[in-house]
Amino acid sequence: MTLSLFDQFLSPVVCWIPLVAIAIMLPWILFPSPTTRWVNNRNLTSQNWFLGQSTSQIFSPINPSGHKWAILLSSLLIFLTTMNTAGLLPYTFTPTSQLSINMGFAGALWMGIVILGMRTQPTHSLGHLLPEGAPALLTPVLVIIETISLFIRPIALGVRLTANLTAGHLLIQLTSTATLALLTIMPITAIFTGVLLFLLALLEAAVALIQAYVFILLLSLYLQENV
Amino acid sequence: MADKAGSLAFVEKNLGNVMLKELPRWLAGRNLTPTGLVRGGYDWYYNKYINVKKGGIGGISMFLFGYVVISYVWSFDHIKHDRWRKYH
Repeated sequence: MTLSLFDQFLSPVVCWIPLVAIAIMLPWILFPSPTTRWVNNRNLTSQNWFLGQSTSQIFSPINPSGHKWAILLSSLLIFLTTMNTAGLLPYTFTPTSQLSINMGFAGALWMGIVILGMRTQPTHSLGHLLPEGAPALLTPVLVIIETISLFIRPIALGVRLTANLTAGHLLIQLTSTATLALLTIMPITAIFTGVLLFLLALLEAAVALIQAYVFILLLSLYLQENV
Repeated sequence: MADKAGSLAFVEKNLGNVMLKELPRWLAGRNLTPTGLVRGGYDWYYNKYINVKKGGIGGISMFLFGYVVISYVWSFDHIKHDRWRKYH
């Protein structure tokens, strides 16, 4: 019984093809590549508009030399947003609820950003280990604390996304199980649980979008410090 | 003529318009590799439902519904045990 709650996070395999492979291909199929036409179809136009708006908003505070990261972070934004929201559909599998995928993104990108900062401007990067305006006596303690917080960043990035999505899916499964079970026994309580389920589903839709955006925003902040 | 054998228009004809005696030549001209079939299917769906002047929500909705159906088929082996279970 306790195992069945987490069974939704196991990827089923049919003919040696895991569902996670199809789920990962979904952003690639849903977002067609831009064409050479001047006026595209509605789908492509709206997608390009959204992407342009979000990319310019994320990259406006970053140095122009950091703008070459735009394609990486904007494609990652599309990837995470699509996988998060597609996971809300019934019976689908959410790849971003797996720690492996999120740690892969977080660890690799964080390390790339930190190494870039250390190589191009080591003094400036190391200077971030001591916040401005701190009392001089606290310097040793602060440097240690900032170093720890620097190394915790990839773990926090990955685990934040995993935990948010896993918790959301689990809550939805629990609430829906409760609603179904109560429907025959206590219908009034089932209605309350049903309303809770509806609100939870709305929350999960918001969380799906926000968590993907937060992931990219934090990476852009780390990039801002290091580029 | 549009269906002159050896021209591009001949190969791009629908299967319903191909004469039986022309079938081997038509098949040889089409891309029947797995990659070609997948790309052909994607292009067909894209040009029919998405890349149109007044495309709406229908094109993407049909695709997402198909995705849900595929996910159900993939998970059926696991879900079928839940059907008559007393305690979940």
